[in-house]
Amino acid sequence: MRLEPIPNPSALRRVGLPAGALALTVLIASLLALLAGANPFATLGLILKGAAGSRFALLETLNRATPLIFTGLAVAVAFRAKLWNIGAEAQLYAGAVVTVLLGTGALPLPSVFLVPVIAAAAMLAGALVLLGPVLLKTRAGVDEVVTTLLFNFIMLLAVSWLLEGPLKDPMGMGWPKSPALEKAARLPRIVEGLRLHWGFGLAILSAIAVRVIQTRTTLGYEMRAVGLNAEAARFAGIPVGRVMVKTALLSGGLAALAGFSEVAGLKGNLTLDLSPGFGYTGIIVAMLALLNPLGVVVSALFVAGVFVGADSMSRAAGVPTYIADILLATALLTMVLALRLTTARIRWR
Amino acid sequence: MAREAGAEVVLRLDGITKRFGALVANDAISFELRRGEVIALLGENGAGKTTLMNILFGHYTADAGTVEVFGHPLPPGHPRAALAAGVGMVHQHFTLADNMTVLENILLGTGTLLSPRLGSGAARARVARLSRDFGLSVDPGARVGTLSVGERQRVEILKALYRDARILILDEPTAVLTPQETTALFETLRKAVALGLSVIFISHKLGEVMAISARVLVLRHGRLVGAVATADTDRHKLAEMMVGAEITAPKLSDHTPGPALLTLSNVDTPRRGNAPGLNAVNLTLRAGQITGLAGVSGNGQAALAALIGGLESPAHGGMELHGVVPADWSPRAALAAGIARIPEDRHRTGTVADFTLTENAVLECYAEAPFSRKGWMDWAAAEGFARKIIETYDVRCPGPAARIRLLSGGNMQKLILGRALEAGPKIILANQPVRGLDIGAVTFVHNRLIAARDAGAAVLLISEDLDEVMALSDVIHVIYEGRLSPAFARGTMSPAELGTWMAGHGFGEESDAA
Repeated sequence: MRLEPIPNPSALRRVGLPAGALALTVLIASLLALLAGANPFATLGLILKGAAGSRFALLETLNRATPLIFTGLAVAVAFRAKLWNIGAEAQLYAGAVVTVLLGTGALPLPSVFLVPVIAAAAMLAGALVLLGPVLLKTRAGVDEVVTTLLFNFIMLLAVSWLLEGPLKDPMGMGWPKSPALEKAARLPRIVEGLRLHWGFGLAILSAIAVRVIQTRTTLGYEMRAVGLNAEAARFAGIPVGRVMVKTALLSGGLAALAGFSEVAGLKGNLTLDLSPGFGYTGIIVAMLALLNPLGVVVSALFVAGVFVGADSMSRAAGVPTYIADILLATALLTMVLALRLTTARIRWR
Repeated sequence: MAREAGAEVVLRLDGITKRFGALVANDAISFELRRGEVIALLGENGAGKTTLMNILFGHYTADAGTVEVFGHPLPPGHPRAALAAGVGMVHQHFTLADNMTVLENILLGTGTLLSPRLGSGAARARVARLSRDFGLSVDPGARVGTLSVGERQRVEILKALYRDARILILDEPTAVLTPQETTALFETLRKAVALGLSVIFISHKLGEVMAISARVLVLRHGRLVGAVATADTDRHKLAEMMVGAEITAPKLSDHTPGPALLTLSNVDTPRRGNAPGLNAVNLTLRAGQITGLAGVSGNGQAALAALIGGLESPAHGGMELHGVVPADWSPRAALAAGIARIPEDRHRTGTVADFTLTENAVLECYAEAPFSRKGWMDWAAAEGFARKIIETYDVRCPGPAARIRLLSGGNMQKLILGRALEAGPKIILANQPVRGLDIGAVTFVHNRLIAARDAGAAVLLISEDLDEVMALSDVIHVIYEGRLSPAFARGTMSPAELGTWMAGHGFGEESDAA
């Protein structure tokens, strides 16, 4: 089989195929619900209700989307330049560790200064974590997929050691967790009394900033050129290696903000289960958004909604939460295929 | 070689139409190919030759029309059908496995390859007989990786013949050959038609079309605009038919060259994979002079282009630009030194396919004012620059915001040319600047290069088309396995003499040069 491009896809194709992908996803989820012995319509309804059916549900979804927007942006930025950063998880934890280091009384600053300083330091830490793999790639040709992926495990073990040792909360009754952040280091809530912190606002701002960087700045132009055709970029005099490094710094910094915002906005301290794979889910978020930074916000909300909704549904209907993973996997596969097929048709030979 | 009209029709295309969106790539094309006949398919790039062949081979399905081979209709959309019916194609880019022998390559895919009898008896004898009958001398036991380009082409033809091809289609077969190899290929084609085969010869070289074909079909904008017996036409008429307008050959005015702008002395560069590096190269590019570089493809042209283009530094030997040794050497340094580069591969190296014309126009100057200020792009300025190129260089396109992948090769090349020349370069590196372009675009590019030369630029013209090099160059070097011949002044060498250098004779001893 091969793909034959369609120069001007019809509107039906452009709307119909993604809609079909969504329908297929829903169908497969329904079959699974049926298999689990529940009414599929009720199950899907409960997921929807759990994700957005009440103010509490909606805020929970927004909270869950926040780290996914950051990791999704990190992946989208890197993948745009064909830098395969699979290590957002490690960069997230680097940001979280720095947040704890600086946020537990190390810096005697008022909140207005302290929070930005911590955020910047967290970004720097995340950027440095990705710097090693990217230098290995540009200098020695080492595949960054392997190095960034393995860094995730190194980082988790390092965090585990920190939480058992230097960062262990002396008042924590022996649990491997860090001391709580001081009040001045916490991200405030957007509206007092509602459980939604400014990390969400920062995530939206970041998405807009990434969009502006990509379309308006010289660096963004270089990153897109390198990603679309590195050979032509090199020929034209674009410093491909340096652009890769800058891309990595931005990507690592964005992923670290996920760790910062989870610790400073939501949890207040660092534990080993800070991230249930936000770094990896960021890849799904970015791919679903076709690497578009504003699309990342939408797809992060969708993915967060599915997770939050499935949690709530599981409690009510007794269908396992694994259905969320399958829903997302199906959505990703069918959507990516559908979007590919809007501009090309398959020919079987 | 014109056959009597009564000869059997072996291939009939009837009303073939193919549309890509609004573009009509093939518009009701009908023709017949007879037994024992060579027809030439002539047309600009984008005229629809490739689309037509892709339909014949089932890679595309025609919107209308039918293909008949030996009287039987071909089912559309089945690549194997054409092969099975006896149509063989030799592509411009060979599809051979370098690490296998000639015989293995010929048998690959025929089913005999895995049989225990491989290489023994029947298959080997058949290949030997085909070699002899068609004058295709090549050692069946040699590894393809060790063969010259001409020999590889012979293997491709043998491959088609072994599969019982009765109709041979050759796509720009002479682009990679020396004049001598071209003569040998024509000898083979004459033997083939004498044995009752039929040949479709796709080319844009008018001299060859006149030499080998019995009839010429001319395609323009997807339409068959002419079908004439070769005996009843001439190069000039064919060229006119192709572009629909009269062509004037480029003229070089006499004038004395200026000072040396770039000098290479005894330069070596390392090999890159299969491509040879440079070996003790001496070269001087002078202001107001076009230096032509002739040679068979893959003899170090890429290494020389990479060196002058800033992608490679000399491993050994010296390079002087405007009389100074450059401190560091990179594409940016080359651009800053006033070197304009027209790359060999406009799709892979020259442009970013998914970028707009505007984004591609500033690819080499995006970091400078007015396009970039303090890290921010000024897209209005960039678009203005793109519009200027589009206007000055007659780039036919939907507009500066269109993706460049939508443009034909000629228009893409005009944008690259404009981008390179707008900066007012001192030195112009033109690597295969007209490969695959239609005659109109070729004339345009050539005239621009000559105008730049007359204005005092030093031009290095690298081309595998000897006619082009001879028509345009004030001095000619031949490159062979990374070594450069002495400079031959315009008009002092015949094509045959240059062909001898292209085949490597004369490079034996250093002192033997000139």
